[in-house]
Amino acid sequence: MSWLDAPASETQITHRARLWLYSVAGLVMIFLVVPTLIVVPMSFSASQYLEFPPRTWSLRWYDAYFASSSWISATVVSLKAGFLTALVATPLGTLAAYGLFASRFRLAGLIYVALITPIIVPVILVGIAVFYAYVQLKLVNSLIGVVLAHSMLAIPLVMMIVSSALKSFDLNQELVARSLGANRAKAFLQVTLPQIRFALITGAVLSFLTSFDEVIVAMFVSGGANSTLTRNMFNALRDQIDPTIAAISTIMIVITSLMLAVSQLFGGAKKD
Amino acid sequence: MDAAPNAAALKRDHLLERWAQVGLTFPALGLVFICMILPVGWLFWLSFLADDGTLSLIHYRRMLEQPSYFRTFRATFEISLTTTAICVLIGYPLAYALSQMPRRAANLCMIAVMLPFWTSLLVRTYAWLVLLQRQGLINSWGMKLGLWSEPLALVHNLTGTLIGMVHIMLPFLVLPVYGTMRAIDRDLLKAASNLGASPTRTFWQVFFPLSLPGLTAGALIVFILCLGFYVTPAVLGGGKVTMVSNRIANDIELFFNWGAASALGVVLLAATLILLYLASRLTRLDGALGAGHDNGRQGK
Repeated sequence: MSWLDAPASETQITHRARLWLYSVAGLVMIFLVVPTLIVVPMSFSASQYLEFPPRTWSLRWYDAYFASSSWISATVVSLKAGFLTALVATPLGTLAAYGLFASRFRLAGLIYVALITPIIVPVILVGIAVFYAYVQLKLVNSLIGVVLAHSMLAIPLVMMIVSSALKSFDLNQELVARSLGANRAKAFLQVTLPQIRFALITGAVLSFLTSFDEVIVAMFVSGGANSTLTRNMFNALRDQIDPTIAAISTIMIVITSLMLAVSQLFGGAKKD
Repeated sequence: MDAAPNAAALKRDHLLERWAQVGLTFPALGLVFICMILPVGWLFWLSFLADDGTLSLIHYRRMLEQPSYFRTFRATFEISLTTTAICVLIGYPLAYALSQMPRRAANLCMIAVMLPFWTSLLVRTYAWLVLLQRQGLINSWGMKLGLWSEPLALVHNLTGTLIGMVHIMLPFLVLPVYGTMRAIDRDLLKAASNLGASPTRTFWQVFFPLSLPGLTAGALIVFILCLGFYVTPAVLGGGKVTMVSNRIANDIELFFNWGAASALGVVLLAATLILLYLASRLTRLDGALGAGHDNGRQGK
């Protein structure tokens, strides 16, 4: 009991007097974590109602998922869209961040604001705006349409991450490289890029996840053979509670965790 | 004598270089322009056109005249306000407890806050659907423990929507509040208690006022983000909860009424921008967002 009566803070309040605070914090953390994690064991339940803990374990919902060609094709579309989004958004966002950083242009603030509008404007408006544009451009239900729209949503994130990494970078290093004979591109690739590569990896992973998790824009502009996983899930959720989605959710959690592990492994180590 | 032309040439080179650098933003700018700024501009224009193509305010007038629009706006406002209030009530104590822990322990607990942040929105919405349904975990355990005897209607209604939205928004409140609390100088608390203030008094007179900027910023962010919610009310509300975004989607999907949807979109955007502007005047919003953003990046 000695710990309970020890002072817990500068005000000499005891841990005992703070037990209620710890309980509230604990409960709120349970509220935050449990609903996400509980889907994983539930997905192995044999029952239609996904009991917890499952009375009998089974893989029937995974079988249902792998047997369904529409779920599999949607998963492939989502993975493709995610990778392509990372491939488009990372260089575009990095170039923009670098351009704004290097030029110190008077209009830089304005350009910055224009580039972060996709995350300020409510997503539903982005959704119908993109849909409207794609009807004119004949890009509705195409993979490239999804990738372009998702890239637009991911660019602000990449730009913000790379900008904050560039803050601690001294641009004079590039001038030195150039005065020693490197051209502009070489100076950027060999001097600047290695120093911000962690930010680039983090940005790429976030771009992937932005696309992989995105529902609303995908709902409007993806469809047919190019339906994304989230679009199909969303439509299924509006109809009934299909236990197959528990299996899909678990698979999505695994994919997300893998991507985050990649970013921690290669992008987590901050240099400074 | 040749200093002048040299200066001019240097200046021209400098200008060219700057334009080349600004040019690096053009690919991204082009994408945002084509996919977003132009079409949003078009929608803006559409919202002022009547069905026969003449300029009119009919879509906006309808919003004022039809009671169903008023219900949608009121529901959106009430749900956002309630969600924000619940987030403040349960998020502040959590942030406070975390800020009092040793840093290592707090970082470990931060995983709990960040985990939902990193999990797909649909996965979490589905999880709540499963947990809250009539035969779901909450109902079956609650009845087994004798807390209630009939299955409660926890989902496909307002309750379910609020639970789902609080779950999604809580990290957005906890992160800025926690950041602000960590930055508070502990010596001030020591001084207060040295001068004879009780722990409770020290908290309310010293700690709480100092944590207010973070709380204001967090609450404003939560409220603004709530206004645009679509997926959670659509799924956990089971069609009974209509927020502005749901109405916009219905106008497009069911009625193909671009004018009405655009007008609602314009109102939603205007509300968001005005609130963001007010928020940026009231608090240092970028700092709060930055704190959350940095924490997010480290995945802690």
